[in-house]
Amino acid sequence: MAESIDLTLPRRPWWERIFRAIVYGRLAKAILGRRRPVLIIPVIVLTSVVVAGIAAPWIAPHHPTRGDLRDRLLPPVWGGEQTSLKVVVEGQLDIGAGHRQITLDDARKIQEDAVAGDELGIVTRAGGSTKYLLGTDHLGRDILTRIIYGARISLIMAVLTLMVGGSIGITAGLVAGWYGGWIDELIMRTVDIILALPIILIALVLVVSLGSSFQLIIVILAIAIWPLFSRVTRGEVLRVKDMDYVALARVSGASTLRIMFVHILPGVTNSVIVVATLLVGVIILLEAALSFLGAGVPPPTPAWGSMLAEGRDRIAVAWWISTLSGIAIFLTVLSLNLFGDWLRDALDPKLRHLE
Amino acid sequence: MRRFLMIIVTLIAVSMIIFIMARVTGDPRVLLLDENASQAQWDRMGEELGLDKPYYHQYLFFMKDVLRGDFGESIKLQEPVMTAIGGRIWPTVQLGGGAFLLALLVGIPLGVLSAVKRGSALDQLGRVIAMVGQAAPSFWLGIMFMFFFAVKLGWVPPSGSDGWNAIILPMVTLAWGGFLAGSLRLMRSAMLDVLDSEYIKLAKAKGVSGRSLIWKHAFRNGLIPPLTLAGVSMPAILTGSITTELVFAWPGMGQLAIQALYTSDYPLLQGLTIMFTLGYCGIALLVDVLYAYIDPRIRYT
Repeated sequence: MAESIDLTLPRRPWWERIFRAIVYGRLAKAILGRRRPVLIIPVIVLTSVVVAGIAAPWIAPHHPTRGDLRDRLLPPVWGGEQTSLKVVVEGQLDIGAGHRQITLDDARKIQEDAVAGDELGIVTRAGGSTKYLLGTDHLGRDILTRIIYGARISLIMAVLTLMVGGSIGITAGLVAGWYGGWIDELIMRTVDIILALPIILIALVLVVSLGSSFQLIIVILAIAIWPLFSRVTRGEVLRVKDMDYVALARVSGASTLRIMFVHILPGVTNSVIVVATLLVGVIILLEAALSFLGAGVPPPTPAWGSMLAEGRDRIAVAWWISTLSGIAIFLTVLSLNLFGDWLRDALDPKLRHLE
Repeated sequence: MRRFLMIIVTLIAVSMIIFIMARVTGDPRVLLLDENASQAQWDRMGEELGLDKPYYHQYLFFMKDVLRGDFGESIKLQEPVMTAIGGRIWPTVQLGGGAFLLALLVGIPLGVLSAVKRGSALDQLGRVIAMVGQAAPSFWLGIMFMFFFAVKLGWVPPSGSDGWNAIILPMVTLAWGGFLAGSLRLMRSAMLDVLDSEYIKLAKAKGVSGRSLIWKHAFRNGLIPPLTLAGVSMPAILTGSITTELVFAWPGMGQLAIQALYTSDYPLLQGLTIMFTLGYCGIALLVDVLYAYIDPRIRYT
């Protein structure tokens, strides 16, 4: 008599199931009936960043660089007003008692029927309003608008850097992997050296000597990025190179260039796409660090990193400037990482080594 | 030897970038001489600085100074660059070293435990820590820590380096944003690989169990990938130390670099860049030695 064996897997605790449902989009899977889980949150975040970046001038509620100084340092819409209690006194203000007091004359300007001895609440910071959903900065510029325009900057940076760095890196990787020998040695050692450079300091050196500009930042980011593309491409080329279909192409008389770009390149695309997704996160973080240090795109362009820097000194009075722009960076990069991981598993489970 | 060669080439590459950029910036005589200097003075100065020589010659001149540790005079601070940097080395080493150790002390045990107790709450916690560390800019983490623990709660001073507890926030920031996530993830996956290997199964079959199996048999081999990462992620830590020092006004080399950026103090910046590169290369070499020590199969020739 065979005993029945319990084959059910141990159930995960409820909080973990909810966490997984949200992060890995089990809900979406259930709704859409797809076989692979779609990542709801990362996809929503990335879509909104792309949409915000492209449509910034039409959807942003305010002007990105011109602010209203009368509305400076307003909290987000949920932020309440701050008041401080003051005691109304008659006659001259008693300096020794500190600033908890207010003269009767001044008090009457605020509240007509004030008498000495009253306690009066004075608004020291206005509450948030729906005019500025996420508050304003020290120049009265709308934070939401600047975050939307910041997405545009990050998007342009990422796309251009990927184009420049990606094409250099992929070509170098193809050449290194295909030819091998001293060319491979030369390219890969260059890659090692570039990865060993203190890239931020090199960036500072370049910015000080050439002056900060949009193009320079792209060049710096591309220099930092291309070696990573080369490494992955080369590894994949080595894997594909000895496959039968490449040998067949060679036998049928295809030129080296044709083999490299028509036969090998498509074979390595999967890994390159995965790496590109993960590298966009690296680009955004690096660009943010440069802007934060003041070596990024020159102000008043609303880059996320420079917004963070502007809010740093005012963190005690206006927490929302740094916090919210940081959340924008964090959510975007987190989504890219999650999406990249998912993409890697979805395209080819064997690509796990790219981690 | 090969490693050593790489370091030399890296240093040459950095020095060349600096040299070329210095020439792009303009003629150094513009800064050194006043406006109404005569043509003769101008030429004599050029000869002294070797500007009349061809570029490769000038580069050798420059390298000779660099090797002697002479980076010239800081424009804004009015003192030799080496003196200015000298006082800033220790705070940066303190901060970077502390963060590095903290990352290892948290990341490696957590990585091992995550692998051993796969899927547990601890594993989930480790995953969240790693995800945040990889996605959040370290300077943002730093500002948030400063806001909560220094401004709101007042547990530690918000900036500067006075008092023993001033280093806590910058250290945690640098560790979390720099190296913790990587070491945790790598340690976890390396441990999973090792625990799945034949020799561990053999040890298990022989009756070795529990702690001894994990820490004595598996741990040592699992340590190799994170250690490799430690060497590779040094630039990230150094880079992170620049932003972290800016956030917390930590008086190290990073803060000096920012000062040099704001005042366009080129000699100071070039000295710092070379010092940072040297520091990185030294650590990479150290990691290699450690690496060979842990895994005797590796021998460098």
